[in-house]
Amino acid sequence: MTWSSMCMYLKIAVAIFIILLFVVMVLAAIGKSLGVREKYVEILLWAFEYGREKIEKAERKNNKKDSSEVEDEFSERNSYSTSVISRAVKLHPESPGPRKFSRTMSRTLETLNREFQLDDAMEFVKAGMEAIIEDEVTQRFSAEELPSWNLLTRTNKNYMYINLKVTVMWGLGFCLRYLILLPGRLILFFMGVGLLTVFTAAIGCVPGGNDRLKRWMYWHISLMCFRILSQAISAVVKYHNSENRAKGGGICVANHTSPIDVVMLASNNCYALVGQRQGGFLGFLQRALGRATAHIWFERFETKDRTLVTQRLKEHVENPEKLPILIFPEGTCINNTSVMMFKKGSFEVGGIIYPVAIKYDPRFGDPFWNSSKQSYVHYLLMMMTSWAIVCDVWYLPPMTRGEGETAVDFANRVKSEIAHQGGLVDLVWYVH
Amino acid sequence: MENSALDMCVCLCTDLFFSPVTKSQITRLHSRFTILDKGKTGNLRREDFMQIPELSINPLGDRIVQAFFSEALDDMINLRQFIRVLSKFQRTKENEEDNKLNSREEKLKFAFRMYDTDNDKKISRGELLVVLNMLVGSNTPEEQLASIADRTIIEADMDGDRMISFEEFCTSLERTDVEEKMSIRFPH
Repeated sequence: MTWSSMCMYLKIAVAIFIILLFVVMVLAAIGKSLGVREKYVEILLWAFEYGREKIEKAERKNNKKDSSEVEDEFSERNSYSTSVISRAVKLHPESPGPRKFSRTMSRTLETLNREFQLDDAMEFVKAGMEAIIEDEVTQRFSAEELPSWNLLTRTNKNYMYINLKVTVMWGLGFCLRYLILLPGRLILFFMGVGLLTVFTAAIGCVPGGNDRLKRWMYWHISLMCFRILSQAISAVVKYHNSENRAKGGGICVANHTSPIDVVMLASNNCYALVGQRQGGFLGFLQRALGRATAHIWFERFETKDRTLVTQRLKEHVENPEKLPILIFPEGTCINNTSVMMFKKGSFEVGGIIYPVAIKYDPRFGDPFWNSSKQSYVHYLLMMMTSWAIVCDVWYLPPMTRGEGETAVDFANRVKSEIAHQGGLVDLVWYVH
Repeated sequence: MENSALDMCVCLCTDLFFSPVTKSQITRLHSRFTILDKGKTGNLRREDFMQIPELSINPLGDRIVQAFFSEALDDMINLRQFIRVLSKFQRTKENEEDNKLNSREEKLKFAFRMYDTDNDKKISRGELLVVLNMLVGSNTPEEQLASIADRTIIEADMDGDRMISFEEFCTSLERTDVEEKMSIRFPH
């Protein structure tokens, strides 16, 4: 190959590349999709099924060898149960106070009074031991366990039986994810961030008084950039009941699994974001967004002042021209198997609440951000080397606080709607 | 590094203590131990247990945690001690020797210790009242609790010392299915 012909091929490659990026941008701007990601997800599902069958066959062969170790009653694998023990009795708090428990014990307190037996202590001992082995709350802060392996090393905790075919598949998958998908996604990511910065600065430069123009521009630009960002993590999102999307002057509440939640939601609707001012990359994004439209960013010391927070939220909500606020009332990232108690602050502000339930499919990638274990950059890298992020977003009908309903009761009502829709466990515990 | 420590643990557990836990259960419990050990010290303290919300509202929570620390030095327990106590709650299979950790007698001893706080191998009226208070709640009048305590002691006490010894405890629970009440089911 001569030098000049190589140069020519290179030029053609670069040209094709730029055209592809342009196509992505246009598609994102008009909101249409080619369906490539959906096809990709279908192929992945087929591959996982294949892998799972192979693993199960190998396991059954191995199990026959040391069957004396396996408990006979439970030897058929219930592949959809991932809890360690089956529990008869669980204690719940009736209200967050010490030493109160609900009537889930097999004897009510009245009969306990009359017929106390020495073995009544045993029920509590058993419940206590079961809680030590596995409890409802602590397990929500580590990644959800999958019933069958999805060919990512990071989820391979319990699957020790791998044969050659599955290992080959894993190797191919590794190459695909790190060598082909990752660079492509990184490019899309930088493109998305770059476009966002440039366009929000442009909106900021538009002279004041053209509010309607600014809002129109922001709507389209924000949607476009967030759609590109969601492509950067190969997100396949299904939106249900889009007629219930949040409108200006309202507050949108959703369950929180990861910072990616914002990208998922902002690809379909525009929101005013609320949060603490950060440094670094997130701070940079915050400033960029803040130039184009009103978001609510707090300094660290301001977040302690509850009345100030409520005041600012109220001011924003009372103006229907402003975008709806997006809030995650759990206060922290949960691993998407349950919904923790909502903090009542956002429910005291007034206005219409638009609940949203987000449920990720954990087979394609684990979106849970364990902020004590991973830094943000590490987390993003993990996202970009997963297969895809597949999730469902349900827009629930708007809710308002009833007459005489306390903020806490209202928060619980919204929370159980969200948990019910998303198929998540509705927990009564607070996060501290 | 972690795996060899685990293998050693398996050996210790299966050889020295005739512990009835399987290898996969040990792996699970080890993983749980690591999650509870927030400070990553390789040992658990009482606070690590009490951070489990469901345990902290359990009326016998403190007693149960104490059962783990009864043989501990410096108020810390390691993985071996952790598994040892939990293995008492493994289900008893029939036709097994009685000196295993999860025998009926071991389970009864554990339940007995919930009542007998001063470890004198007898449950006194006072000790029984304390447990009753914990289980039944503070909005029950004192006389009612006292009469329940008296009734229980009269029914169980056979040698007339107005305290319940371990043998009397076992006899009064003869017809109770202790295996069922003090066993935890591991699905795999």
